[in-house]
Amino acid sequence: MDPIIILQAGVASGTVLLFATIGEIFAERSGVLNLGVEGMMLLGAMSAFSITVKTGNPWLGLLVAMLAGGLISQIHAFISIHLQADQVVSGLALGFLATGISLVLGEGLSKAGTVSLMPSFSIPVLSQIPIVGPIFFTRHSVLTYFGYLLIPAAWYYINHTRPGMNLRAIGEFPAAADTLGINIYRLRYFYVFLGGVMAGLAGATISLAIAPGWFSEMTTAGQGWIAVGLVIFAQWDPIRAAFGSYTFGALRRLILDIQGPTTILGLRNPFYYNPYWGFFLQMLPYAFTIIVLVIGSREAIRKRLGAPAALGTPYIRGERGL
Amino acid sequence: MDGRQEFESHSSEPPVVVEMRGIIKRFPGVLANDHVDFKLYQGEIHALLGENGAGKSTLMNILAGLYRPDAGEIYVKGKLVHFSSPRDAIKAGIGMIHQHFMLVPSQTVTENILLGLDQPRFILRLSEYHQKIAEFAERFGLKIDPKAKIWQLSVGEQQRVEILKMLYRGADILIMDEPTAVLAPQEIEALFITLRKMVSEGKSIIFISHKLHEVMEIADRVSVLSKGKVTASGVPAKGITRQELARLMVGREVLFRLDKKEQAPGDVVLQVEDLHAENDKGLPALRGVSLTVRAGEIVGLAGVAGNGQRELAQVITGLRKCTKGKILLNGEDITNQPVSYSIQRGLGHIPEDRTHVGTSPNLSITDNVIMKKYRQPPIARGMVIDMNQASQFAQQLVATYDIMVPTIRTPARLLSGGNLQKVILAREISGNPRLLVAVQPTRGLDVGAIEGIQRLLLTQREAGAAILLISEELEELISLSDRIYVIYEGKIMGEVTDGNIEVIGLMMTGTPMEQIRQGVQ
Repeated sequence: MDPIIILQAGVASGTVLLFATIGEIFAERSGVLNLGVEGMMLLGAMSAFSITVKTGNPWLGLLVAMLAGGLISQIHAFISIHLQADQVVSGLALGFLATGISLVLGEGLSKAGTVSLMPSFSIPVLSQIPIVGPIFFTRHSVLTYFGYLLIPAAWYYINHTRPGMNLRAIGEFPAAADTLGINIYRLRYFYVFLGGVMAGLAGATISLAIAPGWFSEMTTAGQGWIAVGLVIFAQWDPIRAAFGSYTFGALRRLILDIQGPTTILGLRNPFYYNPYWGFFLQMLPYAFTIIVLVIGSREAIRKRLGAPAALGTPYIRGERGL
Repeated sequence: MDGRQEFESHSSEPPVVVEMRGIIKRFPGVLANDHVDFKLYQGEIHALLGENGAGKSTLMNILAGLYRPDAGEIYVKGKLVHFSSPRDAIKAGIGMIHQHFMLVPSQTVTENILLGLDQPRFILRLSEYHQKIAEFAERFGLKIDPKAKIWQLSVGEQQRVEILKMLYRGADILIMDEPTAVLAPQEIEALFITLRKMVSEGKSIIFISHKLHEVMEIADRVSVLSKGKVTASGVPAKGITRQELARLMVGREVLFRLDKKEQAPGDVVLQVEDLHAENDKGLPALRGVSLTVRAGEIVGLAGVAGNGQRELAQVITGLRKCTKGKILLNGEDITNQPVSYSIQRGLGHIPEDRTHVGTSPNLSITDNVIMKKYRQPPIARGMVIDMNQASQFAQQLVATYDIMVPTIRTPARLLSGGNLQKVILAREISGNPRLLVAVQPTRGLDVGAIEGIQRLLLTQREAGAAILLISEELEELISLSDRIYVIYEGKIMGEVTDGNIEVIGLMMTGTPMEQIRQGVQ
């Protein structure tokens, strides 16, 4: 129950949520809600692990996972952008489809044994800083470090670049962007693709770095849903998303560790003596997700949280001003 | 080729900048533009007049590259063009300022102006552009804070941003789609000054409107569309009367006089005391509204859209809870009571959204008109609705109120705006309401239908109903109302009894009555 170790492990496992959440932020900022994150992550985890087992090259596995996530997301993009179907239904369907494909193709993969993992290392100098060093810069996977770079990059992209400005515009008021010649459909396809790529990356991060291996649906264990909840919690902001992701990562680790020792702070540890209490704790992040999703699905609250105004609505030219 | 000839043969006149020839545009079930010709000269303000649904906006959306015509040709500055997107139109110098502003509310003025441009290439150095855009705006006499977010701006300011956006793109042909619909009188004056200034600098403006007096005031020439066809093409505005224009729009004579009888109001029917309520975002929308409406009087509520009118109507009619305050109907407290409670006590409501709140679009006209009566005999027979009685009732309303419908079984969604509004009015009035809350009752209707609706409201007034009329059409408010309250940011600024449009305008932009009085003294 060393707090430093819990936090360090929290950062590692939070990286998974970070990738998935930031990916979904991009998709939702463009106006497309994709509830298939969990499925796309599972597909990413499966393809990354499977390719790595076959070729021994985790980088190739990572690349394929990202591509797989991106490609399968385009089904949702087509259905919700071109066919203008309900995004909730289409996203859920995508999730089932991707989960199904992963389970079929991942059959027997759990017995694959050891594979070469993504490299881990400590950052010189930075790892020597007290407290911060061991938590953030010691023996982490290269993907975790990539996550650190991604947070400010995503924030800067959304808020301070021209494409980022266009992204915000098409999610807030696509008609305005359309009258200025911005191609809404193309951009929405692109950001749904990016969201899929990031979900694939998140899945690969699990199976190649954080909890290596293939454990069927338990590989992702609902983290895709937590990511969807975190997007609302983060109010569609990458920096808040990072904060939420790492906090949830640490919480996951704490829940595991708290069941270990016989005493906590000199008291009898109830979680040790009543193991089923641990299940209750394990449930909490998912309960949180449900609560956030229920709250976030109310129109009034969404507006107050600053949700992209056009989130969930297909764009059809000529609905206004006709 | 022809365009070229015209271009030269009238060399003494200003050159033709836009010529549209034989434009045809069909939408499912409607012929929106039927062989429309349109010509715009450089340096003129050309009004495009017509009723809602006459095809003005469609024609201009074609010119702005938003729609493609089914047939016809467009020449811009003598050259044949084929626009496939608004970007092409903007490149040709044509910018459209839409009726619903095309601005992203959460972004700043600068961001909105830069949106869709190739510069800056990747990184937005907004601080550099703030300066540039402030200077650019100054050049056209349009003051604006480039750092402000759109949602923080007044409607008039937002319109300035829209104009700037187009000017910044180098547009010299501006299409303004009903630009005055959302403005207070003073803002309209300011807009007209801006438009005249732009024209004097060689820009050309197409001014879409259905308000005759504005067209007479601002336009050099007028074209009129009626049911998709041109009924007047480029007539000089100086030489034409209001009556003639109205006839060209509607195809028949329109009376502009309403006979409003002098009558003394009766007892107080609606009393609202210190009402507070929140809007959909949870922000205060009403901040202490008090007002009264007496029997036999029409009380107008003026204000620029979004100042709490909608919320006030919803709270009074029971569709929104208030957080504080009291509403009395005939002395009975109806605050936060269910809608049915108020209906039983004589509330009639003509809601703003006539297609979704006012009617149920997929239900028949019969079902729609019995919505307030189906629980009582004779239409209700125990648990059962007597469909014969219901049909009879519907037939009777259709005849009495002169509603044009194929049959009473027709779904409401197939009716035109004017007939749909008559269905709603028929339903509400047939219950002999003590209080009638009418929100934008004539919005989007053609001149003929407006006349009919206004007459019905006046009849109700004579019959002794108390009417609260909430409208953004000042002319209508002044001609119908006995008194007018002005609302601004959820507060009543004051009350006008003489229809003084300047005082109303000042209050609409936030000057309370007391200050105006002090200013006079």
